[in-house]
Amino acid sequence: MNFGEGLTPEAFAFGLFTILTLGGALGVVTSLNLVRAAIWLMLSLFGIAGYFVLLSAPFLASVQVLVYIGAIGILFSFAVMLTRGMTNLKERFNDQWWLAGLAALTAFVLLMVGVIVPAFGNSGAPVSDQVTTTVDLGVALVSGNQYVLPFEVASLLLTAAMIGAIVIAREDD
Amino acid sequence: MVPLWMYLTVAAALFSIGMYGVLARRNAVAVLMGIELMLNAVNLNLIAFWRYLTPFNMSGQAFAAFVLVVAAAEVAVGLAIIIAVYRNRQSVEVEDVDMLKG
Amino acid sequence: MVNFNDVNYLPWLIPLGPMLAFAIIALLTNRSRLVPATSHEYGGHHPDYDGMLVPVVAPWSRVLSIVVGMAGMTAAWLMSLVVFFQGISTSKLGLDDKVFESSRNWLATGVETFRIGILVDPLTVVMLFMVPLVVMCIFIYSIGYMAHDPRQARFFALISLFAGAMLTLVVADNLLLLFVGWEVMGVCSYLLIGFWYEKKSAYRAAIKAFTTTRVADVIMLLGIVYLYTMTGTLSFRDILYNPEVLAMLAGTPALIVGSWGISAAGLIGMFLIIGTIGKSAQFPLHVWLPDAMEGPTPVSAMIHAAAMVSAGIYAIIRMYPLFEAGGHPHSGEFTLPLLLMAVVGAFTALFAATIALTQNDVKKVLAYSTISQLGFMMAALGIGAYIAAFFHLITHAFFKALLFMASGSVIHAMEHGEHHLHEHHDEHGDHDHAHADHHAHDAHDSHDAHDAHDAHDHHEIVGEPIDADDVDEPVTPHFDPQDMRNMGGLIRTIPVTAWTFIIGGVSLAGFPLITAGFWSKDEILADAWYVWSGTSSVVHIFVFVMLAMAAFLTAFYTARQLSMTFLGDHRTEAATHSGLGGPRSIISITMQLPLVILAFFAIVAGFVGVPPDFPIFGSIFAPNGNPFFDFVKYSLLTEMQPPKPPFNAIPVLVSFAVALGGLYLGWRMYGRTPLKAGEADPMTKILSPSAYKLLQNKYYIDELYVAVFVKPLKWFSKNVVVVFIDKGIIDGTIHLIARVFTWIGDLFKVLNLWLIDGVSDSIPQGIINFGAWFRRTQTGQIQQYMLWVLFAVLIIGLIFVVSAGFLQAAG
Repeated sequence: MNFGEGLTPEAFAFGLFTILTLGGALGVVTSLNLVRAAIWLMLSLFGIAGYFVLLSAPFLASVQVLVYIGAIGILFSFAVMLTRGMTNLKERFNDQWWLAGLAALTAFVLLMVGVIVPAFGNSGAPVSDQVTTTVDLGVALVSGNQYVLPFEVASLLLTAAMIGAIVIAREDD
Repeated sequence: MVPLWMYLTVAAALFSIGMYGVLARRNAVAVLMGIELMLNAVNLNLIAFWRYLTPFNMSGQAFAAFVLVVAAAEVAVGLAIIIAVYRNRQSVEVEDVDMLKG
Repeated sequence: MVNFNDVNYLPWLIPLGPMLAFAIIALLTNRSRLVPATSHEYGGHHPDYDGMLVPVVAPWSRVLSIVVGMAGMTAAWLMSLVVFFQGISTSKLGLDDKVFESSRNWLATGVETFRIGILVDPLTVVMLFMVPLVVMCIFIYSIGYMAHDPRQARFFALISLFAGAMLTLVVADNLLLLFVGWEVMGVCSYLLIGFWYEKKSAYRAAIKAFTTTRVADVIMLLGIVYLYTMTGTLSFRDILYNPEVLAMLAGTPALIVGSWGISAAGLIGMFLIIGTIGKSAQFPLHVWLPDAMEGPTPVSAMIHAAAMVSAGIYAIIRMYPLFEAGGHPHSGEFTLPLLLMAVVGAFTALFAATIALTQNDVKKVLAYSTISQLGFMMAALGIGAYIAAFFHLITHAFFKALLFMASGSVIHAMEHGEHHLHEHHDEHGDHDHAHADHHAHDAHDSHDAHDAHDAHDHHEIVGEPIDADDVDEPVTPHFDPQDMRNMGGLIRTIPVTAWTFIIGGVSLAGFPLITAGFWSKDEILADAWYVWSGTSSVVHIFVFVMLAMAAFLTAFYTARQLSMTFLGDHRTEAATHSGLGGPRSIISITMQLPLVILAFFAIVAGFVGVPPDFPIFGSIFAPNGNPFFDFVKYSLLTEMQPPKPPFNAIPVLVSFAVALGGLYLGWRMYGRTPLKAGEADPMTKILSPSAYKLLQNKYYIDELYVAVFVKPLKWFSKNVVVVFIDKGIIDGTIHLIARVFTWIGDLFKVLNLWLIDGVSDSIPQGIINFGAWFRRTQTGQIQQYMLWVLFAVLIIGLIFVVSAGFLQAAG
């Protein structure tokens, strides 16, 4: 843990994304209006995309923006609007909110104290400055001895999910 | 560079916040949003570990991509279910869906 | 990548064709429609089904199932041929490393990994010639035979699976895979014997076959397990082609019985042989096989020729070095398993042949002759005539499949004739349905025999193997198309079937020089004689005498069967009108073409095993040594290969004498003066009435088993369990307890009223309160459930973290 070298651009970006991500996440779970929650969600997910850029995974960052913020965010907005008529606008949380908070906090503390600090507290720089490129990811996803099978299964899953979503959400005749 | 543990801390925090949303929100759509936050926390972990520990092995990125795919499918089906439930029970409150009550 | 052009890998694909065909037919093409049970389409109409809807296979589904089944089997056959030709063109296949094999990891069992694979040595090569060819013929035959059955698609699915299992067994490189094929065949035989499950006798026979073979299979599995614990492998090559392993097995005393001088190899061998005694229907576990005739005739051919019973002998031949380990049968040193085989086989050969003398059912005669011939093979293996037994297995498969299918044609023709008679007063009759309608009659008749209160008997006794009370039930007499007394003169109505039947028959009888059966039987006898003359081993001469007598009886009952079926006058109207629906009908072609093919092999298959020093024939067919012998012997270690018996006139003359003598005597009794309609069997004049009855009732073995196993069990349940245990002990105890407690209760009633009341009230109240409290956890609130789960996870995580911390602090 060394903050003594001044504020590098990278550290600045990290801080910014942290504010976006965690702030957005808090917004998601606390805002009463679900349209706002959806906006907060997009903001949070954008912060994650920023992390991906910092972590030299530009492809995933762009996919994050396109799929999460673009597609899923919009999907949430539509779902909120379609079901808004009956939305209870008075109460955010259910009766167990304090228990849930306790549990979430315990989980966080447990993760920090039990796992992150003891196992990774002293690890500093990455093992290498060189990283793979998007080309490598593409090759890995379609090459026969790596991920082509999961890749195809994933596409099948998406198709099945699409059909399933249509069937479930369709008006019954 | 920013040390690894900071990413992990952010991810843990994000995970906990998402979990809180899942456990405490009344609205089913908000619950689903909480799940999305948790999935993103996992993705952040995957990418951070990949970058810091095994940058020449594509499994980190590949897994993150698959998590994304699964998340997309899950949201599509989840929202479809919410809409179906809404149509049948005129409610998207999680507490109203309690047919498993003993 | 695996290249399936390579003969080391090709055998993997051989069982795949029929297996795939099974899956496709069972999953896709076995589409049925529901029709009323009274409908014309549902041939096997059963009175219990009146007013019900029953499934009938759609026409397109019939055709598709035939196409798919044939395609799968043809693929297997072609690939087998490739392997066969590769095999016979490899010189000294089987010697040392010269086998086609490949294997891959299958089950990781802790430190070891069990490997699965295929092995092609000379045994496999020969089997791969015989099995697919015979099965192909059976398939073609089935097209005609099952053409009008309402469950035809189901039949093709099952028979494909059967074929696939048999081929798996043949190409397997380890005992476990062989056992898998073995068991799948067991299931298939159960399903196929009980194929016409509306018939009580059919499903009973199915259950009988299944339970009888199961007894043997469990013991065989014990042997496999023991072998694996001893050697750590089940691969044939590693155990059987490895002198050290064999010596180790022969030298180690067995578990438990080792103190009686039995080696591990001996015990394992006995277990495996008992498995074969069940599968190959040897005494005393032979009872299932005659009953298995209840299945469709192609199934009989499949079970009795190509597959199941051969599988038993094949397994023995495969594992033969294990049985021989520690002994040397060619110098008269027997091991226990060999002795068991020799005695059981020789006894069964003669025993079953005597039963076959008096049977009148055309298929039953063949069934007992099969048991007898399998006894030949067992006995031959017992005296070390390894190659002769295998040779007989192959030739027997050809002529016995031929005989069964020909008998099926005969039955079909008789049913046709019978139906022809009824046609004029049965307007809806369609003579193509004769076969199926027969079962309707059958079922109906036995149904009528029951009293009214027994009407639901059919449903109640499912699952009971042999119901003792029903064994002697009176059955209304009806026309039996399988009874040879109803036949006669069929050579004039179905000449092709008749001539092929005769070829198969004389081959079975061992007609000298020109039939396959002669050469293979002769080789067994020659082996027995040769070793006896060298060592004067008692077992060898015992086997020789028993088999010679059995061969004589075989020739005799074959002549009887042929004469009764085909010669003389038509003894019934049905025989006069018998036929297969014209020479160009599809039934006639598909049911007779396979007969012709098999008849060809029933003759020529013997010529591959002619001894080279046999006068005249040796120089024609075996100028360079006995080809079969020289090919197969390399599946054994060099030092284990059996010696080649030199030509000796005595056993050959005995073969001549028994075959010709038996055939002549049979012809003289039944052929020269054919039986008239209603005339008694001349056999009754020769044998005393009691002996005739004894044979006709198969030595009362079934009745014995009913008396020894079934009846005592019933008696035990009724008298011991009910009266003594249930009424006496259990009821008595309960009454005693009740009395004691009443007494105690009376004594303390007043005193303890408040206590009993208090306790008895508060316990349920406490349960109610607890339930009411606990019920609240079941809220149906998914988030609440998730919270519980999370707490559990957190607690587990906490335990992990804390314990890890302790460990770190400690270490």
